[in-house]
Amino acid sequence: MKTTALMGTVAAIALTGGAAFAAEGDTLAQVKQRGELICGVHTGLAGFAAPDANGNWSGFDVAFCKALAAAVLGDATKVRYVPTTGQTRFTALSSGEVDVLARNSTWTFSRDTDLKLDFVGVNYYDGQGFMVRRDLGVTSAKELDGATICIQTGTTTELNLADYFRANNMNYQPVNIDTSAEGEQQYIAGACDAYTTDASGLASLRAAFADPENHVILPEIISKEPLGPAVRHGDSNWADIARWTLYALIAAEEYGVTSANIDELAANSGNPDVQRLLGSTDNLGAMIGLDAEWAKRAIKASGNYGEIFASTIGEQTPIGLARGLNAQWTQGGLQYAMPFR
Amino acid sequence: MSDTHAETVAFVRDTMLPPVPPPQRQAGAVRWLRENLFSGPVNTALTVLGLAAIWYLMAQSWDWLAHSVWTAGSLAECRQTVAETWGDGARGACWAVIRERWNQYIFGFYPPALYWRPVLAFGLLFVALAPVLFSEAGVIRRWVLGVATVGTLAALAATSAPMPWLVAAAVVMAGALLLSERGSGRLLIFSVLYPVLGVWLLWGGSLWGPLMVPLGIALGWLAWLVVSRVSPMLAVLAGIIATLAFWMLLSGRVASDAEGLLSLALRPVRSNLFGGFLLSITIGIAGIVMSLPLGIVLALARRSDMFLIKTLAVMFIEFIRGVPLITLLFVASLLLNYFLPPGTTFDIILRVIIMVTLFAAAYMAEVIRGGLAALPKGQYEAADALGLDYWKAQRLIILPQALKISIPGIVSTFIGMFKDTTLVTFVGLYDPLKSMSDAVRANVAWKGIYWEPYIFVGAIFFIICFGMSRYSMYLERRLARDHR
Repeated sequence: MKTTALMGTVAAIALTGGAAFAAEGDTLAQVKQRGELICGVHTGLAGFAAPDANGNWSGFDVAFCKALAAAVLGDATKVRYVPTTGQTRFTALSSGEVDVLARNSTWTFSRDTDLKLDFVGVNYYDGQGFMVRRDLGVTSAKELDGATICIQTGTTTELNLADYFRANNMNYQPVNIDTSAEGEQQYIAGACDAYTTDASGLASLRAAFADPENHVILPEIISKEPLGPAVRHGDSNWADIARWTLYALIAAEEYGVTSANIDELAANSGNPDVQRLLGSTDNLGAMIGLDAEWAKRAIKASGNYGEIFASTIGEQTPIGLARGLNAQWTQGGLQYAMPFR
Repeated sequence: MSDTHAETVAFVRDTMLPPVPPPQRQAGAVRWLRENLFSGPVNTALTVLGLAAIWYLMAQSWDWLAHSVWTAGSLAECRQTVAETWGDGARGACWAVIRERWNQYIFGFYPPALYWRPVLAFGLLFVALAPVLFSEAGVIRRWVLGVATVGTLAALAATSAPMPWLVAAAVVMAGALLLSERGSGRLLIFSVLYPVLGVWLLWGGSLWGPLMVPLGIALGWLAWLVVSRVSPMLAVLAGIIATLAFWMLLSGRVASDAEGLLSLALRPVRSNLFGGFLLSITIGIAGIVMSLPLGIVLALARRSDMFLIKTLAVMFIEFIRGVPLITLLFVASLLLNYFLPPGTTFDIILRVIIMVTLFAAAYMAEVIRGGLAALPKGQYEAADALGLDYWKAQRLIILPQALKISIPGIVSTFIGMFKDTTLVTFVGLYDPLKSMSDAVRANVAWKGIYWEPYIFVGAIFFIICFGMSRYSMYLERRLARDHR
């Protein structure tokens, strides 16, 4: 009897839901009606997204969620953070459980096309690197032939590692690990000669060691890992909003707009770019279904791109990442906001 | 006494010798050691090996445990304290992380101002369970209720519960203690109502919403009662239809109207704020409570003579047992979202509870079927000979014996299921073991901490599982009527 009831329920769900397969439609309207942005984030990654002792989220990716909520809803606190794991993140997005996914995910061809995601930009240019103990005497990844390497399974880093060693005609012995914490433990215990993951992860890992000076991060970066927020295929306006919110943060840094001087600049900036961005002259917001001051609110939420970087993962924080590729294009980096016009 | 031996034996002692203590080797600790640890060459060797293993483990971890740090703001501070107190190169456990984050391991991200609600729900759980678990043992029940009352009230005061609730809790729990003295029967009413109360306390919102569930069942029962005079088959159908129709069509409106008339609302708490042991225990208790009856029904269905019922039960059990729990959890969290219309909210914890229940029920069904199969055929025949119908025979003769036989298996399933609740980490819920520890580690202050959270969480799991295991042993002893 229970079984029939279950089967009946499943059938009923399949019938009613079949028509409405996958969540499509006007995400902006849904978010506004709900009065809350649902943002898919990492379950916990130092510097990028982590809940504190009171359950308040903060971090580099979280700052983007806040900026988007400020732009759309006018309140950076109206975000519901849905922690997603490596396995659930893309399904959570495509099934409509979250409105936007800011979970340091690499923008790749297959994810953009086959998984039906739209990456709206790159908020962090990362790349895979290696860390070894200093007393090993290794100075280059090319000298790692025959090494045992701790590697997280099921990630792009695993594939990159195999590619890199094959391309350089070297051998390695993988030590498969499940989580970063476990990998750390294995590496410290000496189960592997080298630990490999994204360079940002290596830096924060080393910062947490009892003896950071005894470990070196090798100079080679063996892969491109452009990390960025993503939205669903099929709602271009929502993708535009997310994309230009990110650009607004980047452009603000380029134009010298900070959370400190934004009100003053909005009132009397002589720079027409700044005036357009902050909605003092043109009403760019109307073109994406928002009001004129959307970008101003987004920047006010946690500051411009540079401020966010500095306060969450920058050199002043324990994570201690240098800007590197993530500097403005004017500073020799790759962060380049398209013109607001 | 007599002179019989007077001529034949030269000396007869006519006083008793005082008892002499046994030889040193046959007494006290020495004897115990000889009998239990060194009774032969093999056992001696095993004892030495065991001692060596313990010694090795202690030698490896002793300095780490001895150098425990309890007050620090970060792992770096811990390391500094260790280095200052015990010198450079010393290592030490950093329990400060537990001291600072224990509330997240227990409550997840539940609003701290509302901690009293899960505490109260947990305390009342004992009131609900006591008459079920200790229905005949008045003394134990008194102790359980007494300790639960004192503990809950203290915890409520510590979590600064509002005064009216504190008084209400005191009245309810003291009342339960008094009622319990006069037998467990009346307390069962509270046990039946507890799920509604527990859900209301944990999730908040209006009390009328959860109340609609028993109300629907009551309506179905009423329909069954009315129609059963006409035809028993139709009555079952009418009952099910009445319940479902009420839930789907009416319950929402009734609940909101009732809320309008008499507002019984608590501040709602979203499921995504649940975490830690609050989440594990919620899922575990709900799964345990629902999987036992479901498992009994499935076991009976599988042994049924009716082809359709038997086939469906076999299909269900074999399907669920053939699929890993993690797959079911992924179905619950991901696949259902595709099927449900957009904007439909179907609580993630509810989905997980349903899947965990179905999973445990399939195993439960097989455990209970083992118990049913172990009963001698004579018991079934005796029940038939008494003229009992199927349900009466099951209720009065078969199941009490079968369940008693199955107790170890049932409790094993419960324990396994409770530990499996940590798998919810894979669907993005904050289980205490992995997700919560990862979240704590994601904070730069505690990045790099590894063993301490595992040991803490493992210890709590051990206490709960060991408690369940001891209860099952107690129950077996109490029910061992045939060996009296």
